[in-house]
Amino acid sequence: MSLAIATDGTTPRQNWLERLGAGHIILAVVLVLYPLVASDFFLTQIGGYSLIFGMMGLSLMLLAGYGGMVSLAQITVAGISAYAIAILGNNNSNILGFGWPWWLAVPFAVLAAALASALIGWISVRTEGIYTIMITLAIATATYYFAQQNYAIFNGHSGYAGIRAPAFWGIGWRDPKPFYYLCLGLAVLSYAAVLYGSRSTFGMTLQAIRDNPRRMRALGYHVTAHKVFAWLLAGVIAGLAGVLLVWFNGRVSPGTIGVDAAIDVLIIAVIGGLRHPIGPFLGAVVVILMQTFAIDIVGAERFNTLIGLVFLVIVFVSPDGILGLWGRIKPHLAQESLRPGS
Amino acid sequence: MRMHRRTLLALAVFTGLTAPSMALAADDTIKIGLLATFEGPFTVLGEDGERGAMTAVAEMNGTVAGKKIEIVKGSSDASPDSAVRAARKLVEQDGVKVLVGPLSGDEGLAVKDYAKTQPNVTFINGTSAAQDTTLRDPAENFFRFSTDGAQWMAGLGTYAFKDKGYKKVATVAEDYSFPYTQVFGFMAEFCKAGGHVPSKSWVPIGNKDFSSVIAAIPEDVDAIYVALGGADAVNFLTQYQQGGGSAPLIGGSITVDQTVLTSKGKLRDVLKGTPSAGPTADTNDAPAWKAFVEAYKKQPGAFPSPSLFAHGYYVDMKATLLGLDQVGGDVSDGGKKLRDALSKLSFDTPTGKVSLDKNRNAIADIFLTEVTEGADGNLMNKLVKVVPQVNQTLGIPEDEFMKLGAVNRDNPSCP
Repeated sequence: MSLAIATDGTTPRQNWLERLGAGHIILAVVLVLYPLVASDFFLTQIGGYSLIFGMMGLSLMLLAGYGGMVSLAQITVAGISAYAIAILGNNNSNILGFGWPWWLAVPFAVLAAALASALIGWISVRTEGIYTIMITLAIATATYYFAQQNYAIFNGHSGYAGIRAPAFWGIGWRDPKPFYYLCLGLAVLSYAAVLYGSRSTFGMTLQAIRDNPRRMRALGYHVTAHKVFAWLLAGVIAGLAGVLLVWFNGRVSPGTIGVDAAIDVLIIAVIGGLRHPIGPFLGAVVVILMQTFAIDIVGAERFNTLIGLVFLVIVFVSPDGILGLWGRIKPHLAQESLRPGS
Repeated sequence: MRMHRRTLLALAVFTGLTAPSMALAADDTIKIGLLATFEGPFTVLGEDGERGAMTAVAEMNGTVAGKKIEIVKGSSDASPDSAVRAARKLVEQDGVKVLVGPLSGDEGLAVKDYAKTQPNVTFINGTSAAQDTTLRDPAENFFRFSTDGAQWMAGLGTYAFKDKGYKKVATVAEDYSFPYTQVFGFMAEFCKAGGHVPSKSWVPIGNKDFSSVIAAIPEDVDAIYVALGGADAVNFLTQYQQGGGSAPLIGGSITVDQTVLTSKGKLRDVLKGTPSAGPTADTNDAPAWKAFVEAYKKQPGAFPSPSLFAHGYYVDMKATLLGLDQVGGDVSDGGKKLRDALSKLSFDTPTGKVSLDKNRNAIADIFLTEVTEGADGNLMNKLVKVVPQVNQTLGIPEDEFMKLGAVNRDNPSCP
């Protein structure tokens, strides 16, 4: 970010506009005005859905990018809050459904997700690298099969249907525009929190632990506690995404939290790039667009092959994902602007 | 430099998020959505469903009421979420006013719920056959010309008890709404005739290892009723046979379907002689069926004989096209005329007359069959008996039928 430095020497502090940066402001304006040009389908099925999966990707980015812990269980965490909403609120599957109002159900659902995430973190935190991936994959798969076969809590293969987003302040929050802005608001909140958190003392400590856990332990930091706390924070973000997901679909079933979906979240984070919190959102847009429209490009038989090829090309061209691609273009642009006449 | 970054960022965001909808249907074409499982465990079934639907389109030479038929495909993986997502894309993005599908039971329940939010779109089932898609809390704009899984079992329970002499039968079926419906249809007759079902095993879709299920089957049963589909059926039957199991089988409608009968190996010996029932019979002699088989075989990759899915999608697509023909392809009124026409539609399919009841569920002929080896070595379902014009309540008065309760893993029960 090239922030303009305040010319007035007496006030070295930048004002909030400058601290925000031009890129963020333009992006915000575009995203706020997006509903003016987008159809309802592009607003929710592409826009809202990308933001939801972007948030799940963000929770993975937080763990993987700052903490060095790659988790395949973020969809499971989101699924726990989605199921919690179905169980605590209303559903039409005639199982459980305590009928709590949304303002009570949502915090509990997010809390449940955060605690589940912390628990997963606590289990996997002593492992590193590929073993963390394996352990979280095992947890994700086990939860999927448990949900599939448990009828008392998860209602088996059918799951829960008939879950409605709340309506308050005279707004039905599942209508295209309100839902988009709801997703956008929560996504921006999570994004800003991660960005701010990464520069906080905790964020710095987490990154230091990622780089050299032994030295941090020797310096007197509680490595495990820091890692588990990162899992808890990631759980809050994934939990919020889960709430939005269940309101969006109006239903939740084991298919929602299957291994396919778990891998989708990983793909989103990898395609987007793990170095900056904006990466997962870029990745989500690309992945959701591909999954929605690939069938129109190559027909019903081979569309999954096309999706795979595109992902392969992105990772092949730029191992850092779309963010890495941007990082490569940027120096060229800078060069160009130095040339006379540009 | 700043300029560049701004322009690029704006460009990237705009091209990514606002690609305009290209759904501009010309006046001389009519768009029909086709939703089937082109991915996941039921891919083979979904592809055959597509062949069936395309057979109906080919029969009309690709036009209806002077308009060209444009098929827009949507893919699901047999999970209700994916079916609703694909249906949403077809309706809200591609702008189809008529949608044929989905294939699997829970998908049908989910798409019915979605149909209620899209009153101007007409939904015609593919082959999804859960009972409650149309029986309880139906959607005004959801039609099923392909009957449900309980109807498909008509005659089988009685046949197993009286003709085969089975008194005690264990069931093995997948754990979701369609097999519940099939087991319900079988047990409704079998229990009434005096039979007992001491053990019911429910396995998840895509199960690979059936050893624990096989071990749990009581030894003193006369036969095993198996309602598994595609790869699940092949895996179970292979493992049962390898494990030395010898009880005779009774097949659910998709267990002894062409998608399973065409598989290779010793499995074939186990399957011979298995009684089953369903909406089709391979050795049906009726000229209409033979003509359908010939037309179906022109589709790329076709099986020796159309599967239940090809048949179901054919019947539903055919009904759709007949309805569209009656209203001159006009759905500009939100499909009201089309839905009126469909409700009253009664037509001859390759498997006999089909008409709808008040819940828009089909009344049709059901075929009792037994697996035999054909002259060319292919296994096929030999026609034993036709059960004419089975309705959704299986001939039981409606109020009495509703008292039996919603189908689930515990209902019905006769241990």
